[in-house]
Amino acid sequence: MHPAFSVIFLTTLIGVGQGLFLALYTGQVYSLANLLPVQDSTSFYGIGSALALLFLVLGLFASFFHLGHPERAWRAATRWRSSWLSREVIVLPVFMGLVFLYGVIHYLGWTAPLFVVQQTLPVDATLIVGFLASVAAFALFLCTAMIYASLKFLQQWHSPLTVLNYMLLGTASGFMLAAAFSAYTGVDLLAFFGTWAVIFTLAGFLTRGASLLRNRGLRPKITLRSAIGVRHQHLGQKAQGFMGGSFNTREFFHGKGPGLVRGMQYAFLLLAFPLPVALIWAGHLANSPELALVAFAVQYLGLVAERWHFFAEARHPQNLYYQSMA
Amino acid sequence: MSQLALVIDLNVCVGCHACVTSCKEWNTSGWAGPMPDQRPYGEDPTGTFFNRVQTYEIGTFPNTETLHFPKSCLHCEEPPCVPVCPTGASYKREDNGVVLVDYDKCIGCKYCSWACPYGVREFDDKNRVMKKCTLCIDRITDLSLPESERKPACVLACPASARLFGDVHDPGSEVSIAIREQGGYQLQPEWGTQPSNHYLPRRKTRMHIHEDELVRADNPLREELELPFDQGETLDDVAW
Ligand code: SF4
Ligand code: SF4
Repeated sequence: MHPAFSVIFLTTLIGVGQGLFLALYTGQVYSLANLLPVQDSTSFYGIGSALALLFLVLGLFASFFHLGHPERAWRAATRWRSSWLSREVIVLPVFMGLVFLYGVIHYLGWTAPLFVVQQTLPVDATLIVGFLASVAAFALFLCTAMIYASLKFLQQWHSPLTVLNYMLLGTASGFMLAAAFSAYTGVDLLAFFGTWAVIFTLAGFLTRGASLLRNRGLRPKITLRSAIGVRHQHLGQKAQGFMGGSFNTREFFHGKGPGLVRGMQYAFLLLAFPLPVALIWAGHLANSPELALVAFAVQYLGLVAERWHFFAEARHPQNLYYQSMA
Repeated sequence: MSQLALVIDLNVCVGCHACVTSCKEWNTSGWAGPMPDQRPYGEDPTGTFFNRVQTYEIGTFPNTETLHFPKSCLHCEEPPCVPVCPTGASYKREDNGVVLVDYDKCIGCKYCSWACPYGVREFDDKNRVMKKCTLCIDRITDLSLPESERKPACVLACPASARLFGDVHDPGSEVSIAIREQGGYQLQPEWGTQPSNHYLPRRKTRMHIHEDELVRADNPLREELELPFDQGETLDDVAW
């Protein structure tokens, strides 16, 4: 498939936004359980939510470049019964709304407990909204990934690993950012978020590695024989029906050499996994917010390469019909 | 419910592209148009087509055969392109099974083209919506046309009559009979998309002539010779 930059940025940016929100909420739940010191609502959760929202808005903005008619995008919410894309179009704004609400409630300091469960757990509005937003974050990961994983024709995507990868990689990058953000705001949770970021990064390395291995061993389900229905061992296309290009020759081919694809693979295997882990570790040791930010930036770059490779690696059966230019 | 479809006889198709040009001519100015081109006379021409004729070579030289292979939307009975569309712009008509795109609803996300394994949907870069074969829905449902002309433009244009059109759910239709009796098959049946369009395979017509069919023992034109042996009396010698 042709890796479209709009979709690469959409999926990676909202992944960061989702992960960052999940990190903030995890922090809140931990401090509720007295495992972490309680953070200042306004600056940490309020501004943190705004940052998460910024990534989500940027992702949404990028997605509009993918559409031929962005002004009609609202129509895409109508077929949620059958289309994962439609479901994503619904869940993304719902999630953004909840993150906004979560941030605003924290910012305004409406954190007086609404009620107390069993005399130990004070529940305030942020806890409820945050919980709903976390559910929405996971639903959004699921929708985004299922857009790809549900297409049975693209064997490289048609696997539960795709869903796991989107979840783990998005969460990892969000926790990386949370680590850097907490270090910058003086809330010293670099070690806490950093540890989780490393855990998610390593888990993501395992699932993404598994999908790379799986794809290496895949045999195409369809050959030219069944594409044109002629039973012969030697079939070749002599003409695809036109001399120039067409939508079919542009949308479904990445047009790059195998060297570049392999290079991208090595690049993302390095940039998205071991390098940020080493950087965040160094950042923790040196207690340096800059290093944590660099860890996030490097991982984000790695994830852009990872998404590029994700698209380039998928082989569409329609390509069988577009093999020869003449 | 009927299911309109094309049956394309690969044994007849000569690869003249008449269906391609007549499709473009009819549809670019009709209900489903326009079908814009970019740089048609320039260096890297490209454009929107609903129908393409491709050419394949079967076998290795010198034992080769050429196959001309027209390809357009197959109007699948289980179209995978329809449920994925987030807007409902892609739909399958209830009454005749034709798969269509509502250009006023399409947001141009191209997701449907990813979900079609046959590569027959073509995005219109000018109008920024998805386009595809409509089976000339504006012709075939136009009751003001004489019945013989209520057919897709490609079918009417084909000089070799390689394209048949009709209802594949009606067992007595021309297309159903052709599929049944001449080995009609579907493309990529592995996916379960149930394409409605069928292809008739290339078939060789071979005559089997045996030696004794060429040299008839009682051929009246055979040169008469003395028999190399004495036959004795035969029935022919009997005077009645
Ligand atoms: S051939 Fe492709 S576009 Fe046409 S109905 Fe089937 S899946 Fe949809
Ligand atoms: S490109 Fe148009 S028809 Fe295709 S899935 Fe998107 S909205 Fe539907």
